[in-house]
Amino acid sequence: MNEHLFFQRALSPWMNEEGPDSDIVLSSRIRLARNMKRYSFPTVFTNEEAIQIVQLFEQLFSQKQFGDLGPFVLLKMNELQAIEKRVLVEKHLISPHLAEDCTFGACLLSEQEEASIMINEEDHIRIQCLFAGFQLKEALKMANALDDWIEQHIDYAFDEKYGYLTSCPTNVGTGLRASVMMHLPGLVLTQQMNQIIPAINQLGLVVRGTYGEGSEALGNIFQISNQITLGKSEEDIVEDLTGVVRQLIEQERMAREALVKTSNIQLEDRVYRSYGVLTNSRIIGSKEAAQCLSDVRLGIDLGYITNVPKTILTELMILTQPGFLQKYAGGALRPQERDVRRASLIRERLYQWK
Amino acid sequence: MICQECNQRPATLHFTKIVNGEKTEIHLCEQCAHEKGEMFMFPHQGAFSINNLIAGLLNMDASLKEQKAPSFHNEHVLQCERCKMTYAQFVKVGRFGCANCYETFRSHLPPIFRKLHGGHVAHEGKIPKRVGGTLYVRKQIGQLKQMLQELIAKEQFEKAAEVRDQIRELEAKLNTEGGASLYE
Repeated sequence: MNEHLFFQRALSPWMNEEGPDSDIVLSSRIRLARNMKRYSFPTVFTNEEAIQIVQLFEQLFSQKQFGDLGPFVLLKMNELQAIEKRVLVEKHLISPHLAEDCTFGACLLSEQEEASIMINEEDHIRIQCLFAGFQLKEALKMANALDDWIEQHIDYAFDEKYGYLTSCPTNVGTGLRASVMMHLPGLVLTQQMNQIIPAINQLGLVVRGTYGEGSEALGNIFQISNQITLGKSEEDIVEDLTGVVRQLIEQERMAREALVKTSNIQLEDRVYRSYGVLTNSRIIGSKEAAQCLSDVRLGIDLGYITNVPKTILTELMILTQPGFLQKYAGGALRPQERDVRRASLIRERLYQWK
Repeated sequence: MICQECNQRPATLHFTKIVNGEKTEIHLCEQCAHEKGEMFMFPHQGAFSINNLIAGLLNMDASLKEQKAPSFHNEHVLQCERCKMTYAQFVKVGRFGCANCYETFRSHLPPIFRKLHGGHVAHEGKIPKRVGGTLYVRKQIGQLKQMLQELIAKEQFEKAAEVRDQIRELEAKLNTEGGASLYE
Protein backbone atom coordinates (compact mmCIF):
# COMPACT_ATOMS: atom_id res chain seq x y z
CA MET A 1 0.00 0.00 0.00
CA ASN A 2 0.98 3.63 -0.35
CA GLU A 3 2.49 4.61 2.96
CA HIS A 4 2.13 8.32 2.21
CA LEU A 5 -1.53 7.95 3.12
CA PHE A 6 -0.52 7.61 6.78
CA PHE A 7 0.77 11.17 6.66
CA GLN A 8 -1.85 12.71 4.39
CA ARG A 9 -5.20 11.75 5.82
CA ALA A 10 -6.10 13.29 9.16
CA LEU A 11 -8.91 10.86 9.86
CA SER A 12 -7.78 7.29 10.17
CA PRO A 13 -10.20 5.13 8.15
CA TRP A 14 -11.49 3.45 11.33
CA MET A 15 -12.62 6.86 12.61
CA ASN A 16 -15.23 7.10 9.87
CA GLU A 17 -17.16 4.24 11.36
CA GLU A 18 -19.81 5.16 13.82
CA GLY A 19 -19.25 3.15 16.97
CA PRO A 20 -21.66 2.64 19.88
CA ASP A 21 -22.33 5.75 21.99
CA SER A 22 -20.34 7.80 19.53
CA ASP A 23 -22.21 10.97 20.51
CA ILE A 24 -20.03 10.95 23.63
CA VAL A 25 -17.28 8.36 23.31
CA LEU A 26 -15.03 9.32 20.41
CA SER A 27 -12.73 6.30 20.54
CA SER A 28 -11.60 3.31 22.61
CA ARG A 29 -8.00 2.18 22.86
CA ILE A 30 -6.19 -0.85 24.25
CA ARG A 31 -2.44 -0.94 24.66
CA LEU A 32 -0.41 -4.00 25.67
CA ALA A 33 3.24 -3.64 26.75
CA ARG A 34 5.47 -6.64 26.06
CA ASN A 35 9.18 -7.34 26.23
CA MET A 36 11.49 -9.98 24.90
CA LYS A 37 13.28 -12.30 27.28
CA ARG A 38 16.68 -12.31 25.65
CA TYR A 39 17.20 -8.60 25.07
CA SER A 40 17.81 -5.81 27.56
CA PHE A 41 14.93 -3.35 27.79
CA PRO A 42 15.09 -0.21 25.62
CA THR A 43 16.29 1.91 28.58
CA VAL A 44 19.68 0.21 28.46
CA PHE A 45 19.91 -1.89 25.30
CA THR A 46 22.71 -1.39 22.78
CA ASN A 47 22.15 -0.02 19.28
CA GLU A 48 22.97 -3.46 17.88
CA GLU A 49 20.26 -5.06 19.98
CA ALA A 50 17.79 -2.39 18.91
CA ILE A 51 18.54 -2.90 15.24
CA GLN A 52 18.25 -6.69 15.61
CA ILE A 53 14.82 -6.34 17.20
CA VAL A 54 13.53 -4.13 14.39
CA GLN A 55 14.90 -6.59 11.80
CA LEU A 56 13.20 -9.43 13.59
CA PHE A 57 9.83 -7.71 13.39
CA GLU A 58 10.41 -6.65 9.82
CA GLN A 59 10.83 -10.33 8.88
CA LEU A 60 8.03 -11.51 11.13
CA PHE A 61 5.47 -9.18 9.62
CA SER A 62 6.62 -9.11 6.01
CA GLN A 63 4.02 -10.49 3.65
CA LYS A 64 1.82 -11.67 6.46
CA GLN A 65 -1.89 -10.96 6.22
CA PHE A 66 -3.82 -10.54 9.44
CA GLY A 67 -7.38 -11.31 8.48
CA ASP A 68 -9.35 -8.09 8.29
CA LEU A 69 -6.33 -6.06 9.32
CA GLY A 70 -4.46 -6.87 6.13
CA PRO A 71 -0.70 -6.52 5.94
CA PHE A 72 1.26 -4.23 8.25
CA VAL A 73 3.59 -1.50 7.03
CA LEU A 74 6.83 -0.97 8.95
CA LEU A 75 8.01 2.61 9.42
CA LYS A 76 11.44 3.22 10.92
CA MET A 77 11.80 6.37 12.98
CA ASN A 78 15.25 7.23 11.63
CA GLU A 79 13.90 7.14 8.07
CA LEU A 80 11.04 9.57 8.70
CA GLN A 81 11.09 13.35 8.59
CA ALA A 82 10.35 15.27 11.78
CA ILE A 83 7.00 16.52 10.42
CA GLU A 84 5.96 13.01 9.38
CA LYS A 85 6.68 11.69 12.87
CA ARG A 86 4.75 14.53 14.37
CA VAL A 87 1.76 13.77 12.17
CA LEU A 88 1.74 10.17 13.42
CA VAL A 89 1.81 11.48 16.99
CA GLU A 90 -1.10 13.83 16.34
CA LYS A 91 -3.10 10.90 15.00
CA HIS A 92 -2.23 8.99 18.20
CA LEU A 93 -0.63 6.23 16.14
CA ILE A 94 2.71 6.57 17.91
CA SER A 95 3.82 8.21 21.15
CA PRO A 96 5.83 11.43 21.39
CA HIS A 97 8.53 9.37 23.13
CA LEU A 98 8.93 7.04 20.14
CA ALA A 99 9.02 9.94 17.68
CA GLU A 100 11.43 12.06 19.60
CA ASP A 101 13.76 9.88 21.63
CA CYS A 102 13.87 6.45 20.03
CA THR A 103 16.43 6.57 17.22
CA PHE A 104 16.02 2.85 16.56
CA GLY A 105 12.32 2.84 17.14
CA ALA A 106 9.82 1.68 14.55
CA CYS A 107 6.13 1.13 14.19
CA LEU A 108 4.00 -1.37 12.35
CA LEU A 109 0.72 0.05 11.09
CA SER A 110 -2.30 -1.75 9.73
CA GLU A 111 -3.86 -0.36 6.55
CA GLN A 112 -6.90 1.11 8.29
CA GLU A 113 -4.68 2.36 11.14
CA GLU A 114 -6.75 0.61 13.80
CA ALA A 115 -3.73 -1.39 14.92
CA SER A 116 -0.27 -0.03 15.55
CA ILE A 117 2.67 -1.86 17.07
CA MET A 118 5.46 0.29 18.39
CA ILE A 119 8.88 -1.33 18.49
CA ASN A 120 11.63 -0.19 20.87
CA GLU A 121 9.64 2.47 22.63
CA GLU A 122 9.84 2.26 26.44
CA ASP A 123 9.20 -1.46 26.00
CA HIS A 124 10.29 -3.66 23.11
CA ILE A 125 6.73 -4.14 21.93
CA ARG A 126 3.64 -2.01 22.42
CA ILE A 127 0.51 -3.28 20.74
CA GLN A 128 -2.19 -0.66 20.31
CA CYS A 129 -5.70 -1.14 18.94
CA LEU A 130 -8.13 1.71 18.32
CA PHE A 131 -11.87 1.48 17.75
CA ALA A 132 -14.48 4.12 17.04
CA GLY A 133 -16.99 4.81 19.81
CA PHE A 134 -17.28 2.73 22.94
CA GLN A 135 -15.78 -0.65 22.01
CA LEU A 136 -13.18 -1.52 24.63
CA LYS A 137 -13.95 -5.23 24.56
CA GLU A 138 -13.59 -5.41 20.81
CA ALA A 139 -10.29 -3.55 21.03
CA LEU A 140 -9.06 -5.95 23.73
CA LYS A 141 -10.01 -8.90 21.57
CA MET A 142 -8.02 -7.60 18.65
CA ALA A 143 -5.01 -6.72 20.82
CA ASN A 144 -5.10 -10.20 22.36
CA ALA A 145 -5.17 -11.83 18.93
CA LEU A 146 -2.12 -9.87 17.80
CA ASP A 147 -0.41 -10.62 21.10
CA ASP A 148 -1.07 -14.36 20.72
CA TRP A 149 0.31 -14.33 17.21
CA ILE A 150 3.50 -12.52 18.22
CA GLU A 151 3.91 -14.87 21.18
CA GLN A 152 4.06 -17.85 18.84
CA HIS A 153 7.27 -16.44 17.42
CA ILE A 154 8.86 -14.55 20.28
CA ASP A 155 9.80 -15.48 23.84
CA TYR A 156 8.19 -12.88 26.05
CA ALA A 157 9.66 -11.74 29.36
CA PHE A 158 7.10 -13.27 31.71
CA ASP A 159 7.24 -14.09 35.39
CA GLU A 160 4.91 -16.48 37.25
CA LYS A 161 4.37 -13.99 40.03
CA TYR A 162 4.63 -10.63 38.29
CA GLY A 163 3.21 -11.47 34.88
CA TYR A 164 4.45 -9.59 31.82
CA LEU A 165 7.65 -7.80 32.75
CA THR A 166 7.85 -4.19 31.65
CA SER A 167 10.46 -1.50 31.69
CA CYS A 168 8.45 0.70 34.03
CA PRO A 169 7.04 -0.77 37.26
CA THR A 170 3.74 1.04 36.60
CA ASN A 171 2.96 -1.30 33.68
CA VAL A 172 3.96 -4.66 35.12
CA GLY A 173 1.46 -7.54 35.23
CA THR A 174 -0.97 -7.25 32.37
CA GLY A 175 0.92 -4.44 30.63
CA LEU A 176 -2.56 -3.23 29.77
CA ARG A 177 -3.67 0.34 29.42
CA ALA A 178 -7.29 0.71 28.41
CA SER A 179 -8.53 4.18 27.60
CA VAL A 180 -11.49 5.99 26.13
CA MET A 181 -11.62 9.45 24.65
CA MET A 182 -14.79 11.25 25.66
CA HIS A 183 -16.36 14.50 24.53
CA LEU A 184 -17.98 15.96 27.67
CA PRO A 185 -19.16 19.51 26.91
CA GLY A 186 -22.31 19.09 29.02
CA LEU A 187 -20.40 18.22 32.17
CA VAL A 188 -17.94 21.05 31.56
CA LEU A 189 -20.67 23.64 30.88
CA THR A 190 -22.57 22.62 34.00
CA GLN A 191 -19.29 22.73 35.92
CA GLN A 192 -19.46 19.17 37.14
CA MET A 193 -16.12 18.01 35.77
CA ASN A 194 -14.18 19.49 38.70
CA GLN A 195 -16.04 17.21 41.09
CA ILE A 196 -16.02 14.19 38.82
CA ILE A 197 -12.27 14.08 38.17
CA PRO A 198 -11.17 13.54 41.80
CA ALA A 199 -13.91 10.93 42.27
CA ILE A 200 -12.68 8.96 39.28
CA ASN A 201 -9.09 9.23 40.46
CA GLN A 202 -10.09 7.56 43.70
CA LEU A 203 -11.22 4.52 41.74
CA GLY A 204 -7.73 3.90 40.41
CA LEU A 205 -8.51 5.53 37.07
CA VAL A 206 -6.91 8.57 35.50
CA VAL A 207 -8.65 11.46 33.74
CA ARG A 208 -6.79 13.95 31.65
CA GLY A 209 -7.21 16.25 28.69
CA THR A 210 -6.37 14.57 25.43
CA TYR A 211 -5.06 17.63 23.67
CA GLY A 212 -3.07 20.24 25.49
CA GLU A 213 -1.09 18.47 28.20
CA GLY A 214 -1.64 19.41 31.79
CA SER A 215 -4.88 20.10 33.56
CA GLU A 216 -6.70 21.77 30.71
CA ALA A 217 -8.76 19.73 28.29
CA LEU A 218 -8.87 21.33 24.86
CA GLY A 219 -12.17 20.90 23.10
CA ASN A 220 -13.76 19.30 26.18
CA ILE A 221 -12.13 16.01 25.20
CA PHE A 222 -11.03 13.85 28.12
CA GLN A 223 -9.14 10.62 28.22
CA ILE A 224 -10.00 8.14 30.94
CA SER A 225 -7.75 5.16 31.54
CA ASN A 226 -6.81 2.54 34.12
CA GLN A 227 -3.84 3.10 36.40
CA ILE A 228 -3.46 -0.34 37.93
CA THR A 229 -2.02 -3.11 35.77
CA LEU A 230 -1.07 -5.70 38.40
CA GLY A 231 -3.40 -7.98 40.35
CA LYS A 232 -6.44 -7.67 38.10
CA SER A 233 -7.26 -9.63 34.98
CA GLU A 234 -7.48 -7.88 31.62
CA GLU A 235 -11.22 -8.48 31.56
CA ASP A 236 -11.68 -6.99 35.04
CA ILE A 237 -9.65 -3.91 34.17
CA VAL A 238 -11.78 -3.33 31.08
CA GLU A 239 -14.96 -4.11 33.03
CA ASP A 240 -14.11 -1.58 35.78
CA LEU A 241 -13.33 1.13 33.26
CA THR A 242 -16.49 0.28 31.31
CA GLY A 243 -18.62 0.75 34.42
CA VAL A 244 -17.26 4.22 35.07
CA VAL A 245 -17.54 5.24 31.41
CA ARG A 246 -21.17 4.06 31.36
CA GLN A 247 -21.91 6.33 34.31
CA LEU A 248 -20.14 9.25 32.70
CA ILE A 249 -22.18 8.75 29.52
CA GLU A 250 -25.36 8.85 31.60
CA GLN A 251 -24.25 11.98 33.45
CA GLU A 252 -23.26 13.72 30.23
CA ARG A 253 -26.60 12.89 28.60
CA MET A 254 -28.43 14.23 31.65
CA ALA A 255 -26.35 17.41 31.63
CA ARG A 256 -27.11 17.96 27.94
CA GLU A 257 -30.81 17.38 28.50
CA ALA A 258 -30.82 19.83 31.40
CA LEU A 259 -29.01 22.43 29.29
CA VAL A 260 -31.51 22.07 26.46
CA LYS A 261 -34.38 22.33 28.91
CA THR A 262 -33.17 25.32 30.89
CA SER A 263 -31.24 27.35 28.36
CA ASN A 264 -32.09 26.13 24.90
CA ILE A 265 -31.78 29.48 23.14
CA GLN A 266 -28.51 30.32 24.88
CA LEU A 267 -27.10 26.96 23.88
CA GLU A 268 -28.25 27.32 20.30
CA ASP A 269 -26.78 30.82 20.23
CA ARG A 270 -23.48 29.50 21.50
CA VAL A 271 -23.38 26.73 18.91
CA TYR A 272 -24.13 29.09 16.01
CA ARG A 273 -21.71 31.74 17.22
CA SER A 274 -18.97 29.13 17.28
CA TYR A 275 -20.03 27.94 13.84
CA GLY A 276 -19.82 31.55 12.71
CA VAL A 277 -16.32 31.94 14.11
CA LEU A 278 -15.11 28.76 12.45
CA THR A 279 -16.61 29.60 9.07
CA ASN A 280 -15.46 33.22 9.05
CA SER A 281 -12.33 33.83 11.08
CA ARG A 282 -9.03 34.62 9.39
CA ILE A 283 -6.81 34.01 12.41
CA ILE A 284 -7.57 31.37 15.03
CA GLY A 285 -5.47 29.83 17.82
CA SER A 286 -5.65 26.14 18.69
CA LYS A 287 -7.45 26.82 21.96
CA GLU A 288 -10.27 28.87 20.44
CA ALA A 289 -10.57 26.48 17.50
CA ALA A 290 -10.91 23.53 19.89
CA GLN A 291 -13.62 25.26 21.91
CA CYS A 292 -15.60 26.23 18.83
CA LEU A 293 -15.26 22.76 17.34
CA SER A 294 -16.55 21.29 20.58
CA ASP A 295 -19.58 23.62 20.46
CA VAL A 296 -20.31 22.72 16.84
CA ARG A 297 -20.01 19.02 17.58
CA LEU A 298 -22.45 19.46 20.48
CA GLY A 299 -24.74 21.35 18.10
CA ILE A 300 -24.65 18.39 15.70
CA ASP A 301 -25.39 15.92 18.51
CA LEU A 302 -28.33 18.03 19.68
CA GLY A 303 -29.70 18.46 16.18
CA TYR A 304 -29.17 22.22 15.79
CA ILE A 305 -26.71 21.70 12.99
CA THR A 306 -27.57 19.07 10.40
CA ASN A 307 -25.33 19.81 7.43
CA VAL A 308 -21.98 18.94 9.03
CA PRO A 309 -20.83 15.36 9.73
CA LYS A 310 -20.06 14.26 13.29
CA THR A 311 -16.47 13.38 12.53
CA ILE A 312 -15.70 17.09 12.07
CA LEU A 313 -14.54 17.51 15.67
CA THR A 314 -12.02 14.67 15.60
CA GLU A 315 -10.88 15.45 12.10
CA LEU A 316 -10.30 19.16 12.58
CA MET A 317 -8.80 18.68 16.06
CA ILE A 318 -6.14 16.53 14.42
CA LEU A 319 -5.86 18.51 11.22
CA THR A 320 -5.23 21.80 13.01
CA GLN A 321 -2.37 20.50 15.17
CA PRO A 322 1.01 22.04 14.33
CA GLY A 323 2.38 18.94 12.57
CA PHE A 324 -0.50 18.61 10.13
CA LEU A 325 -0.63 22.34 9.48
CA GLN A 326 3.03 22.33 8.56
CA LYS A 327 2.64 19.21 6.49
CA TYR A 328 -0.03 20.99 4.47
CA ALA A 329 1.97 24.18 4.26
CA GLY A 330 4.93 22.15 3.05
CA GLY A 331 7.34 23.51 5.62
CA ALA A 332 7.88 25.07 9.03
CA LEU A 333 5.42 27.75 10.13
CA ARG A 334 5.75 30.35 12.84
CA PRO A 335 2.99 30.39 15.45
CA GLN A 336 1.25 33.43 13.91
CA GLU A 337 1.39 31.86 10.47
CA ARG A 338 -0.08 28.68 11.92
CA ASP A 339 -3.09 30.58 13.25
CA VAL A 340 -3.76 32.02 9.80
CA ARG A 341 -3.29 28.65 8.18
CA ARG A 342 -5.52 26.97 10.77
CA ALA A 343 -8.33 29.46 10.12
CA SER A 344 -8.22 28.98 6.36
CA LEU A 345 -8.08 25.20 6.67
CA ILE A 346 -11.13 25.13 8.92
CA ARG A 347 -13.03 27.48 6.59
CA GLU A 348 -12.20 25.33 3.58
CA ARG A 349 -13.25 22.15 5.33
CA LEU A 350 -16.55 23.57 6.60
CA TYR A 351 -17.32 25.18 3.24
CA GLN A 352 -17.69 21.68 1.81
CA TRP A 353 -20.77 21.13 3.95
CA LYS A 354 -22.50 24.44 3.33
CA MET B 1 9.98 37.92 35.94
CA ILE B 2 6.57 37.78 34.26
CA CYS B 3 5.92 35.81 31.09
CA GLN B 4 6.17 38.14 28.10
CA GLU B 5 3.42 36.32 26.25
CA CYS B 6 0.52 36.27 28.71
CA ASN B 7 1.85 38.92 31.11
CA GLN B 8 0.25 36.96 33.94
CA ARG B 9 2.20 33.91 35.04
CA PRO B 10 5.81 33.98 36.16
CA ALA B 11 8.31 33.17 33.41
CA THR B 12 10.04 29.87 34.13
CA LEU B 13 11.66 29.25 30.75
CA HIS B 14 14.31 31.56 29.39
CA PHE B 15 15.71 31.33 25.90
CA THR B 16 18.35 33.22 24.03
CA LYS B 17 17.93 33.25 20.28
CA ILE B 18 20.73 34.34 18.01
CA VAL B 19 19.77 34.95 14.40
CA ASN B 20 22.39 36.54 12.10
CA GLY B 21 24.27 37.82 15.11
CA GLU B 22 21.16 39.48 16.50
CA LYS B 23 20.41 38.40 20.02
CA THR B 24 16.87 38.16 21.39
CA GLU B 25 15.93 37.01 24.85
CA ILE B 26 12.64 35.26 25.40
CA HIS B 27 11.00 34.73 28.78
CA LEU B 28 7.95 32.51 28.90
CA CYS B 29 5.85 30.55 31.34
CA GLU B 30 5.60 26.85 30.62
CA GLN B 31 2.08 27.11 29.25
CA CYS B 32 2.82 29.83 26.73
CA ALA B 33 6.01 28.08 25.70
CA HIS B 34 3.95 25.02 24.89
CA GLU B 35 1.42 27.04 22.99
CA LYS B 36 4.10 28.78 21.00
CA GLY B 37 5.61 25.41 20.42
CA GLU B 38 8.61 26.57 18.45
CA MET B 39 11.10 25.58 21.10
CA PHE B 40 9.89 22.05 21.52
CA MET B 41 8.98 19.41 19.06
CA PHE B 42 6.40 18.10 21.53
CA PRO B 43 5.11 19.03 24.92
CA HIS B 44 6.88 16.26 26.69
CA GLN B 45 6.53 16.99 30.35
CA GLY B 46 4.48 13.85 31.00
CA ALA B 47 7.47 11.56 30.79
CA PHE B 48 9.48 13.75 33.13
CA SER B 49 6.96 14.06 35.86
CA ILE B 50 6.10 10.35 35.85
CA ASN B 51 9.78 9.50 36.07
CA ASN B 52 10.26 11.81 39.00
CA LEU B 53 7.18 10.54 40.74
CA ILE B 54 8.30 6.93 40.57
CA ALA B 55 11.81 7.79 41.65
CA GLY B 56 10.31 9.77 44.51
CA LEU B 57 8.16 6.86 45.49
CA LEU B 58 11.10 4.47 45.49
CA ASN B 59 13.21 6.86 47.51
CA MET B 60 10.51 7.41 50.05
CA ASP B 61 10.41 3.75 50.87
CA ALA B 62 11.62 3.63 54.48
CA SER B 63 12.96 0.10 54.24
CA LEU B 64 15.21 1.16 51.39
CA LYS B 65 16.62 4.06 53.34
CA GLU B 66 17.48 1.88 56.28
CA GLN B 67 19.25 -0.43 53.96
CA LYS B 68 21.21 2.27 52.28
CA ALA B 69 23.03 3.67 55.26
CA PRO B 70 24.33 0.67 57.18
CA SER B 71 25.02 -1.75 54.38
CA PHE B 72 26.97 0.02 51.72
CA HIS B 73 28.18 -3.33 50.46
CA ASN B 74 24.72 -4.62 49.99
CA GLU B 75 24.05 -1.98 47.39
CA HIS B 76 27.13 -3.02 45.55
CA VAL B 77 26.00 -6.60 45.60
CA LEU B 78 22.60 -5.66 44.30
CA GLN B 79 23.46 -5.38 40.66
CA CYS B 80 21.79 -7.19 37.80
CA GLU B 81 24.25 -9.67 36.37
CA ARG B 82 22.86 -9.36 32.91
CA CYS B 83 22.39 -5.68 32.19
CA LYS B 84 24.60 -4.41 35.05
CA MET B 85 21.93 -2.10 36.40
CA THR B 86 22.37 -1.46 40.12
CA TYR B 87 19.52 -1.05 42.52
CA ALA B 88 20.55 2.56 43.08
CA GLN B 89 20.29 3.22 39.35
CA PHE B 90 16.88 1.56 39.23
CA VAL B 91 15.66 3.81 42.02
CA LYS B 92 17.02 6.84 40.22
CA VAL B 93 15.56 6.23 36.77
CA GLY B 94 12.47 4.28 37.84
CA ARG B 95 12.96 1.73 35.04
CA PHE B 96 14.15 -1.86 34.99
CA GLY B 97 17.04 -2.69 32.67
CA CYS B 98 16.00 -6.20 31.67
CA ALA B 99 13.85 -9.16 32.68
CA ASN B 100 16.59 -10.39 35.02
CA CYS B 101 16.42 -7.16 37.07
CA TYR B 102 13.09 -8.39 38.43
CA GLU B 103 14.95 -11.47 39.73
CA THR B 104 17.83 -9.47 41.17
CA PHE B 105 15.67 -6.89 42.95
CA ARG B 106 12.89 -9.35 43.79
CA SER B 107 12.95 -8.91 47.56
CA HIS B 108 12.51 -5.14 47.20
CA LEU B 109 9.63 -5.20 44.76
CA PRO B 110 6.49 -6.04 46.76
CA PRO B 111 6.31 -2.72 48.68
CA ILE B 112 6.88 -0.79 45.47
CA PHE B 113 4.24 -2.68 43.53
CA ARG B 114 1.82 -2.44 46.43
CA LYS B 115 2.03 1.34 46.26
CA LEU B 116 1.77 1.58 42.50
CA HIS B 117 -0.97 -0.99 42.03
CA GLY B 118 -3.46 -0.37 44.79
CA GLY B 119 -2.12 -3.03 47.16
CA HIS B 120 -1.69 -5.78 44.57
CA VAL B 121 1.56 -7.72 44.33
CA ALA B 122 0.79 -10.65 42.04
CA HIS B 123 -0.33 -11.01 38.44
CA GLU B 124 -3.88 -12.24 37.90
CA GLY B 125 -4.30 -11.89 34.18
CA LYS B 126 -3.31 -13.44 30.89
CA ILE B 127 -0.61 -16.09 30.68
CA PRO B 128 1.31 -16.56 27.44
CA LYS B 129 0.81 -20.04 26.00
CA ARG B 130 4.41 -20.91 25.28
CA VAL B 131 6.47 -19.04 27.84
CA GLY B 132 3.84 -19.49 30.52
CA GLY B 133 4.34 -23.25 30.20
CA THR B 134 2.82 -25.26 33.03
CA LEU B 135 1.30 -22.15 34.56
CA TYR B 136 -0.92 -21.72 31.53
CA VAL B 137 -2.10 -25.33 31.80
CA ARG B 138 -2.61 -25.08 35.56
CA LYS B 139 -4.79 -22.04 35.02
CA GLN B 140 -6.74 -23.82 32.30
CA ILE B 141 -7.33 -26.74 34.67
CA GLY B 142 -8.54 -24.34 37.32
CA GLN B 143 -11.03 -22.80 34.93
CA LEU B 144 -12.26 -26.19 33.73
CA LYS B 145 -12.74 -27.38 37.32
CA GLN B 146 -14.88 -24.36 38.01
CA MET B 147 -16.87 -25.07 34.87
CA LEU B 148 -17.28 -28.68 36.01
CA GLN B 149 -18.77 -27.59 39.32
CA GLU B 150 -21.23 -25.32 37.55
CA LEU B 151 -22.28 -28.04 35.13
CA ILE B 152 -22.82 -30.52 37.97
CA ALA B 153 -24.88 -27.96 39.83
CA LYS B 154 -27.00 -27.54 36.70
CA GLU B 155 -27.20 -31.35 36.38
CA GLN B 156 -25.75 -31.27 32.88
CA PHE B 157 -23.85 -34.50 33.40
CA GLU B 158 -23.03 -35.30 29.80
CA LYS B 159 -21.20 -32.03 29.32
CA ALA B 160 -19.65 -32.38 32.75
CA ALA B 161 -18.17 -35.73 31.72
CA GLU B 162 -16.58 -34.10 28.69
CA VAL B 163 -15.03 -31.40 30.82
CA ARG B 164 -13.81 -34.02 33.32
CA ASP B 165 -12.03 -35.85 30.51
CA GLN B 166 -10.42 -32.64 29.37
CA ILE B 167 -9.16 -32.01 32.90
CA ARG B 168 -7.74 -35.55 33.13
CA GLU B 169 -5.98 -35.13 29.83
CA LEU B 170 -4.34 -31.87 30.90
CA GLU B 171 -3.37 -33.28 34.29
CA ALA B 172 -1.80 -36.30 32.66
CA LYS B 173 0.28 -33.98 30.50
CA LEU B 174 1.45 -32.10 33.57
CA ASN B 175 2.29 -35.21 35.57
CA THR B 176 3.87 -37.61 33.11
CA GLU B 177 6.04 -35.23 31.22
CA GLY B 178 6.59 -32.62 33.89
CA GLY B 179 5.05 -30.17 31.50
CA ALA B 180 8.04 -30.48 29.18
CA SER B 181 5.96 -31.07 26.08
CA LEU B 182 4.03 -27.92 26.81
CA TYR B 183 7.01 -25.76 26.01
CA GLU B 184 7.06 -26.89 22.40
